[in-house]
Amino acid sequence: MTVPTFESLKVGDEIPALKIPPVSRHTLALYCGASGDHNPIHVDLDYAKSAGLDDVIAHGMLSAGYLARMLTDWVPQSAIRSINNRFTAMTHIGDSVTCTGKVVEKFEKGNEKLVRLEMQAHTPEAQTIIAEAVIALE
Amino acid sequence: MIEKKHIGHEFSPVILPVEEGRLKFLAKTLGMTQGIYTDPDAAAAAGLPGLLAPPTYPFVLEIDALELVDLVNLLGETLGKLLHGEENFTYHGPIYAGDEITVRKKITDIIDKKEGTLQFVISHTEFINQHDEKVAETLTNYVFRH
Repeated sequence: MTVPTFESLKVGDEIPALKIPPVSRHTLALYCGASGDHNPIHVDLDYAKSAGLDDVIAHGMLSAGYLARMLTDWVPQSAIRSINNRFTAMTHIGDSVTCTGKVVEKFEKGNEKLVRLEMQAHTPEAQTIIAEAVIALE
Repeated sequence: MIEKKHIGHEFSPVILPVEEGRLKFLAKTLGMTQGIYTDPDAAAAAGLPGLLAPPTYPFVLEIDALELVDLVNLLGETLGKLLHGEENFTYHGPIYAGDEITVRKKITDIIDKKEGTLQFVISHTEFINQHDEKVAETLTNYVFRH
């Protein structure tokens, strides 16, 4: 990992995107166990239908986890000061999730040089998460 | 409708061990392949006291400390009406396998939207390690569809 420097980045720069293969029921079952989010709406088709959905839907936090992975693929985790995730649409079985992010602000606070990123997770149909992260760089 | 009396409700603090196997499972599910997330020897070689918990791990602690069904029952609702609106993380320090984290969660607001057809239940959670260091905070927005 070559860590970017504060000086090397400018507003508008995109960070390396992360493309995830289509979401499967198996992935959702694994995430159900790994995360502890046992809401049946993510893994039980009968339950999802009783809640008025056509099929199970992915956990929002699964895609938030992918967004965070895009960051830890880019900088050491210790550089991450905050990540805010707003879930804006559902992710369905078979959707491929793509994570992207770009620098929207450079600023200093305390002794730290910080960049603010706007990020999003999206499927072919919709933007599923609007996110923001603050990263400290040397 | 969820009653506003729940604003200010503090859940009993819960102390949770950070389990190595769980961290590996989470990292694997998210496709995180760096050794510091999956291989205790690689973490040790990097000078870490244990596997590093991924950035979204505080959410796992949050949900282990308070199962969604218990939250929903407290509010007099059902799981099928619940959507996750927001999950916001602020980081103050790392979490490692072997840590013991105290999870303190409080309902800070309940907001009616669209003439009460949607309600937002906002919580704030603090994560404090065995050295009494606050390592993370989350702000969660639970959306209920009525």
